[in-house]
Amino acid sequence: MEFAELIKTPRVDGVVLHRPFMPTVEGTLCLTGHHLILSSRQDNTEELWLLHSNIDSIEKRFVGSLGHITVKCKDLRVIQLEITGMEECLNIASSIEALSTLDLVSLMYPFFYRPMFEVIEDGWNSFLPQNAFKDLESMTDEWRLSEVNKDFSLCPSYPPLVAVPKDFDDETLKKVATFRHGGRFPVLSYYHKKNGMVMMRAGQPLTGTNGRRCKEDEKLINATLRPGKRGYIIDTRAINVAQQAKARGGGFELEANYPQWRRIHKAIERYNVLQESLIKLVEACNDQSHSMDRWLSKLEASNWQTNVKEILTTACLAAQCIDREGASVLVHGTEGTDSTLQVTSLAQIILDPGCRTVKGFQSLVEREWLQAGHPFQQRCAQSAFSNSKPRHEAPVFLLFLDCVWQILRQFPCSFEFNESFLVLLFEHAYASQFGTFLGNSAAERARLCLPEKTVSLWSWVNRPQELERLTNPLYEPNSLVIWPSVAPQSLLLWEGVFLRWNRSSKCLDEAYEEMVHIIEYNKELQTKVNSLRRQLAQLETEDPLLHTP
Amino acid sequence: MEHIRLPKVENVKLLDRISHRRRRVGTLYLTATHTIFVESEAGVRNETWVLHSLVCSVDKLAATPSGCPLLIHCKNFQVLHFIISKEQECHDIHLSLQRLSHYDELYCFSYKPNVDEKERRQEWDFLDLKADYSRMGLPSSLWKLSPVNQHYKVSDTYPADLFVPESATPPVIVGSSKFRSRGRFPALSCAQGESHTAAICRSSQPLSGFSARCLEDEQMLEAILRSNPCSDFMYVVDTRPKLNAIANRAAGKGYENEDNYSNIKFQFVGIENIHVMRNSQQKMLEVCELRSPSMSDFLEGLESSGWLKHIKAVLDAGIFIAKAVAEEGVSVLIHCSDGWDRTSQVCSVACVLLDPYYRTLRGFMVLIEKDWVSFGHKFSHRCKHVVGDPKEVSPIIDQLLECVWQLMEQFPCAFEFNERFLITIHNHFYSCQFGNFIGNNQRERIELRVHERTHSLWSYLWANRTDYTNPLYRPNHSQTQGLLRASTSPYSFKFWKGLYNRFDHGMHPRQSVEDYLRAIQEETQQLEEQLSSHTQVGQGYADLPQA
Repeated sequence: MEFAELIKTPRVDGVVLHRPFMPTVEGTLCLTGHHLILSSRQDNTEELWLLHSNIDSIEKRFVGSLGHITVKCKDLRVIQLEITGMEECLNIASSIEALSTLDLVSLMYPFFYRPMFEVIEDGWNSFLPQNAFKDLESMTDEWRLSEVNKDFSLCPSYPPLVAVPKDFDDETLKKVATFRHGGRFPVLSYYHKKNGMVMMRAGQPLTGTNGRRCKEDEKLINATLRPGKRGYIIDTRAINVAQQAKARGGGFELEANYPQWRRIHKAIERYNVLQESLIKLVEACNDQSHSMDRWLSKLEASNWQTNVKEILTTACLAAQCIDREGASVLVHGTEGTDSTLQVTSLAQIILDPGCRTVKGFQSLVEREWLQAGHPFQQRCAQSAFSNSKPRHEAPVFLLFLDCVWQILRQFPCSFEFNESFLVLLFEHAYASQFGTFLGNSAAERARLCLPEKTVSLWSWVNRPQELERLTNPLYEPNSLVIWPSVAPQSLLLWEGVFLRWNRSSKCLDEAYEEMVHIIEYNKELQTKVNSLRRQLAQLETEDPLLHTP
Repeated sequence: MEHIRLPKVENVKLLDRISHRRRRVGTLYLTATHTIFVESEAGVRNETWVLHSLVCSVDKLAATPSGCPLLIHCKNFQVLHFIISKEQECHDIHLSLQRLSHYDELYCFSYKPNVDEKERRQEWDFLDLKADYSRMGLPSSLWKLSPVNQHYKVSDTYPADLFVPESATPPVIVGSSKFRSRGRFPALSCAQGESHTAAICRSSQPLSGFSARCLEDEQMLEAILRSNPCSDFMYVVDTRPKLNAIANRAAGKGYENEDNYSNIKFQFVGIENIHVMRNSQQKMLEVCELRSPSMSDFLEGLESSGWLKHIKAVLDAGIFIAKAVAEEGVSVLIHCSDGWDRTSQVCSVACVLLDPYYRTLRGFMVLIEKDWVSFGHKFSHRCKHVVGDPKEVSPIIDQLLECVWQLMEQFPCAFEFNERFLITIHNHFYSCQFGNFIGNNQRERIELRVHERTHSLWSYLWANRTDYTNPLYRPNHSQTQGLLRASTSPYSFKFWKGLYNRFDHGMHPRQSVEDYLRAIQEETQQLEEQLSSHTQVGQGYADLPQA
């Protein structure tokens, strides 16, 4: 298929663009295969380059022959285009509609994008599982890397290499895989160096209504327990939801078969409910009524903050079991690709200082989200403005980022990265020139040959000029476990994402710059004082006379 | 002390407000001025001191198997939940505290820090309102200092020194005062210097009833209008909801009729009265006290308390006035009923928005001294310093602090002071430790000889100003200049946990950016000193004759 077929009118002059907090621009609108471009062809006015894949929905209306197109983006921005001429306007609108809803992955922009920067370190090779495993090997010899899923046949959503207890051979793993949803047998998610406790994740056990059991599954997870110690199974579903799952062949671990484990149910919402929550929240943020009652009641009704609180609470629980109780933990929900990953990745942020560095956080996203099979393409296909009925869309990853932001707010000096980094990940998960978030699993990414055909987001981010922008100037490595408060008073609305286009951030940006300035100036003086000290010391040794005043 | 039935109780438990499973065991002491809880766990000597004058209520709850609970609510939003093992002991402590917290003599009269009399007297010279008026360029050709209220003859709740329009003669002032509640005639609150002639004036409501007029009052407003040669009209802002103002007419009070006053534009801004505000804060505090509330409990409770809606109303009114003055160049007369609650709030908020000076440490103290202390905000009644009519209590001054805090959140570089400064001031509105806020007006403070017998909060704050300084503030920063263009979209308002959950330490960020920056700035200062001394030494070397 050629993009040209979809572009009915490639160019219109005299289009007026309205953007929040930016001056109105009049210029030429161009549609290319992947971009909507508006340029005034003048210096010093910023051009608009909008990826079609960032467009969530468009609306058009006419006042006489003047057409207004409202473009609502996945990053929650809303822009307006004014186009004279009904035909041009209709053509542009339908072209945008067609180009922004292409389903075929291979037509996505990352396959056409050529980097304009020098790749210092290829991000596709930055976080290979075998390298992560080397770190684990330096701490414990109880785990091995299994290639049982090498061809993705055992578990289509797992990566080719997974860490499993050393004493379990691949044959046993194959049996366990048949007992877990989607073949997601329990694998290692995190090893707590401080006390040797582990966190594992899996899909739900397929016990069904007649209480099927799998001895190998029981043995596998029991192998992670210390003698005489109990472990915790954190089921991210409410007990009644887990009960209902039995009727569809799923279920949960029965006490009788897992006597050494204590099961705790937490109620993290499932994807369609989360999508609904996001839509309501964004609607509340864009409400123009100026009524405080209305705002607070809509904010409450969106349940977004409730979801944040629930996810964080569950992550804290998992971290507590590991660090405070000295127990191993298994986390699962239904599929083990959504709420499970929110919990396991946030628990690591709390427990492991390594995850709070820029590289460590990238590695966490790579390990616990991309490799772990979070279906990014399905979940991020549409955002808050979509008119179509949601199928698999859900802001699961955005909620994770929101939770990280909450912890960052509470521990502003313990993260090497800043809020901009989290916002950047949100944007790129939904629309990007990079291939990192394409596909739904490692298997799909391998099939699409993404490392060969696209550029990794990490290749771009891990360059000095980008890192500088994304680094937290307040960072001081903190080797401790950080326990966030989950009281409603402590959890704030993430303004940087949800109010980003509703209010000017000028004053807050200035405050950030001021902060950077204070710290930079201090460093500068330190360097000066040190160099003067060295010079003085040198002068003193060169001129022995000066020693005797 | 005859009030203390039991000076010491051992083995008392202090429960954590958020999680009752966390509890500290220790000894409870009662002194003449404080309740002190000393944790008795080995190794820690954690002390909690609570001033009796900050105690709002003491409640003895039904005994439980683990002991007898005693709940102390403080005016600074501290809540202490003790469990005393013996019922009789709890009873004695309860009775003692009830008497101690309603003690006849205010704490400021017995508070004696280690300061000699000369220094104490100097404390009261630290702030001088006349200096602030001369900072505004007053007296000027347009505004004069009027002696009319010397000895509080015209209005006993007004200050002695007041600025009025140059053309307002004593008969006009006195005539106008007779047509205003409590004699609170229109007087100057804030003028914007030479280049801007628009001014903010304040008064109480006119006694207009359904049709009454007063020539002098009309002349008074005319005089205010004429003191601003740049404009041919002025705004009269009634800060009450229209319905309340109409209801007042039946009692012979009311609001200005546009037909009777030449060239005024009359406007209601709809801020609720002290009773609504009191109930609203009470509801909000109940939400703050919920034990492990869900997000919905919290947000629903916050909404139904209406608190943020009221804060928004005050800020909206302040913005309206600030814009009238700064952008339209039009003078404004503000009043409510008596002109000491909503009027003070709105004047102060407008001043903070308009004038960078009021966003500095000293300027903010001046502002409270001017709009609240001198213009007769009834601190004694509103903050319940002494037992009185509970319907007179209302958190009007809390709302000013919160409006300023909301602005600080929007403009992090615009204020010289920090959140701690606001919280400390809040604490002392209620503590009665300093004489500044004793009584209901200037006349009462003179009768109480406050300046002779007590200490001043302002010089204490100034002496400790490093604790209260915002590290992001720079006098030459763009945010520091001119009018603050604040947003009052509902989502711009936040819940102020720093104040209302002040003592729930677990809820607050575990690391403070501000403290971190302050430490860096202190280090920077030392480095600057080292650098200059090294440079001097280096210079010494350079000056040596070459061998």
